[in-house]
Amino acid sequence: MTTKTQKVVELEDVVVRFAGDSGDGMQLTGSLFSDTAAIAGNDFATFPDYPSEIRAPQGTIAGVSGFQIHFGHKHIYTSGDLADVLVAMNPAPLKKNLMWVKPGGTIIIDTDTFSEKSLTKAGYDNNPLNDETLKDYNVIKAPISSLTKKSVEDLELDNKIVMKSRNMFALGIMFFLFNRKFKTADEFFEQKFKSNPLLIEANKKILRAGYNFAETIEALNSITYTVEPAALKKGKYRNITGNVATAWGLLAAAERSGRQLFLGSYPITPASEILQELSKHKSLGAKVLQAEDEIAGIVSSIGASFAGSFAVTSTSGPGLSLKCEAIGLAVMTELPIVIVDVQRAGPSTGMPTKSEQSDLLQALFGRNGEAQVIVIAASSSSNCFYYAYEASKLAMEHMTPVILLTDGCLANGSEVFRIPKVSELPSIKPPIVKANDTDYRPYKRNPEKLSRSWAIPGTLGLRHRIGGLEKENIFGNVSHDPENHQLMCEYRAEKVRRVANYIKPQEVIGPESGDLLVVSWGSTYGVMIEAVKEMQKQGKKVSLAHFHNINPLPKNTAEIFSKYKKIIVPELNLGQFVLYLRMYFQQFKFEQYNKIQGLPFMVKELVDKFNHLLEEK
Amino acid sequence: MGNEVTDVKELPALTKEDFKSDQMVKWCPGCGDHAILSSFQKVLPELGVRKENVVVVSGIGCSSRFPYYVKTYGFHGIHGRAAALASGIKITNPKLNVWMATGDGDSLAIGGNHFIHVLRRNIDINILLFNNRIYGLTKGQYSPTTPTGRKTKSSPHGTIEHPFNVGELAIGAQGTFFARAVDTNPKMITRVMHEAAKHKGTSLIEILQNCVIFYNNVHSAITSKETKDENQLHLVHGEPMIFGKNKDKGIMLKGTQLQAVHIGKYGITEKDILVHDETTYDSGIHLMLAKMAPPTFPVALGVIRSVKNYTYEDKLESIIETEKEISSIKCVDDLLNSGKTWEI
Repeated sequence: MTTKTQKVVELEDVVVRFAGDSGDGMQLTGSLFSDTAAIAGNDFATFPDYPSEIRAPQGTIAGVSGFQIHFGHKHIYTSGDLADVLVAMNPAPLKKNLMWVKPGGTIIIDTDTFSEKSLTKAGYDNNPLNDETLKDYNVIKAPISSLTKKSVEDLELDNKIVMKSRNMFALGIMFFLFNRKFKTADEFFEQKFKSNPLLIEANKKILRAGYNFAETIEALNSITYTVEPAALKKGKYRNITGNVATAWGLLAAAERSGRQLFLGSYPITPASEILQELSKHKSLGAKVLQAEDEIAGIVSSIGASFAGSFAVTSTSGPGLSLKCEAIGLAVMTELPIVIVDVQRAGPSTGMPTKSEQSDLLQALFGRNGEAQVIVIAASSSSNCFYYAYEASKLAMEHMTPVILLTDGCLANGSEVFRIPKVSELPSIKPPIVKANDTDYRPYKRNPEKLSRSWAIPGTLGLRHRIGGLEKENIFGNVSHDPENHQLMCEYRAEKVRRVANYIKPQEVIGPESGDLLVVSWGSTYGVMIEAVKEMQKQGKKVSLAHFHNINPLPKNTAEIFSKYKKIIVPELNLGQFVLYLRMYFQQFKFEQYNKIQGLPFMVKELVDKFNHLLEEK
Repeated sequence: MGNEVTDVKELPALTKEDFKSDQMVKWCPGCGDHAILSSFQKVLPELGVRKENVVVVSGIGCSSRFPYYVKTYGFHGIHGRAAALASGIKITNPKLNVWMATGDGDSLAIGGNHFIHVLRRNIDINILLFNNRIYGLTKGQYSPTTPTGRKTKSSPHGTIEHPFNVGELAIGAQGTFFARAVDTNPKMITRVMHEAAKHKGTSLIEILQNCVIFYNNVHSAITSKETKDENQLHLVHGEPMIFGKNKDKGIMLKGTQLQAVHIGKYGITEKDILVHDETTYDSGIHLMLAKMAPPTFPVALGVIRSVKNYTYEDKLESIIETEKEISSIKCVDDLLNSGKTWEI
């Protein structure tokens, strides 16, 4: 492919951002680029950034769609802070994304699109190609549109179709820049356009035209980059988003528990993919009811749980609010159910496509009465699989609702995922009562776990009635007896507390004692670990305790806190986990650091904050 | 419902006593609910269904205490949500024989959404909707079926709302089975309960029920000894719509509307009277029948509509069976290893 002598520079990790109009195919371009990272054996994480509107007006800032990939020879924890390379298909994506490019970074621009009209639409008074706007960057001015057209002139294709494929020209440039092979993209074209060979040829040609263009232009000085394979554990890998990982974790739990999966759910951003994904897998026996509303979503699941399904409902913050009363019903009837809350920026409708950690208090306390539930939070797109599995196991074995918190970042972001074997996952043994068990009483409890048993309608000899009214201990009849109510409230709370006996102790990353402990939870894990490692590199005595089990907390939590001089709790909210920790651990002083902009933390801002805190007397 | 195919020979002979729970029935003396419960306990052993396969579900309200009094599997849910609860139960296990007890507040106000959607999906559950046109358990506020102008605790100047007609709403929501009965006629209740049980799909029975405390005699124009013959039309499939103490009145179709007429007057003979067809898919006549009310018309009782359509859960089961056969994904390991993967 190449004849010139090239200089190849090795990089530890690279962040690339593709940005265009929402119709420019940036998600596809990004995903095809990710495939080559997989083939090259890199570790990587991706994140799509798209507007709430499906097709906002073309050429405007509101309509910009982006896709970021962070790939590396080193272990990749996040989709990256600032981009090393930005591909901007139009002026609006340039305007919107310039702030996310590293100073000195490379920007590839389709200069054909920089007409006066489109500059105005993007809100540029002057053409940024002609003034100082881009002086700190390595700008590659590429007439992508016209060269795309030229490259397939001979095929006599419709102009609209050709223009739709200019993203492949941009991808070709990136392939050259990072020494990528055509194979995976070619295979994709062959599959996607099976019925139209002309389009296969066109896309292959355009991709190669982009590649050849990059090879010849002087701006690159024939320098290309490689990122060596990452030191990943041996095994079979795939790319997975948080929502798909969640759905698959639930399916795995259904299979391991021998229960049929039931999902009752109402579409809501950014959780809908869980509903869509599970509805695909009828061959695994999954039954999915797209309910008429959020309430029917959870209540049908409670009914399904009563009838013996492993039942789940999935939603986001506004939907969790609507489900609160029904969660109380599941608490009272002590039936297993998993509620997945893919958090987004609130309150109210908030910013549906932006991520936030602000449903924690709602998950912990959002119900009437004394109504403890287990709360678990995943921390990476791929470990959504394992935490969905753990949530399911705890729900079924302890006969209680479990809220699993993920968020928009985890849900839509994707990561490299080492494929596990289902048989290697921990077993799930729900306490199902056998037919004609004469010892069965609806509210008799397991002496260790305090869970009641699961007597499934249709089973001989176990007819019983349950419901939302307070239940008489052991027998389960309706009871308004004062002492019984206190006893039952205490049982339900203690049942959840005792789950602490069945979860892993909290881990600490870094020295077991030191000057500063960073305490975090949820999707901020990646950026926390990068920040803490950066601090450790600077010689600071900083460790990280990232929590997955929120309620109950691991039993060694206080012991960990006691080993550090200072504790800081950074969160993407106004301080919810820190409030909860202050409630339980009044003996410690918790500093907090909060950001609530619909954006993730940046490594740099955290390092600055931590250093500042260490310097304070 | 009729889908419980357990071999009847295997079934022990059941009686009403098998379905009485040990809980004290706490409805007011004279409440119409007692008659409904008693009819239900009489019907259950006659259905040819194992007692462990019956599930009774409810929401909140006086009617919703029902599950506690019936010795089956039972679930007393939260206000308005019984239809969603029942849906999850039936979809999980289509072999179960699912009954739902609800009221005009529970299903038509707070649970209106679930009510119309369960009918639209045609999930095979049987709904007993106790319509007393008032909120009883919260002590006397007006409900979505309270007649306009009625003074209640929350409408001291008379309600200014337009009430729902249960049948009209149900048929509008594509309900495949709608019947109506009165709490004063247990025979009629048991008959329509049997019909509802046989019907594949959501069966809705509206039971005009009296609340002795907060709206006594609400249905007396229809149920009192003096007026019931003139104000009740007992529908029978394939039979002419004749009513009246002397069986001398009937329902005719005049133009596009129904008319109550005297047989023998103005040359009208029995041949002119409409013959009831509960199975016609077109809902026109069914809607008109459901809406008939005194003083112009008698109230239509019995099965008004019973049409065939597939049920949600049967269709779902059949898709699952097909997918299990044709899909290459037979277990979660297959799924995890499907699509694009690579070795390291």
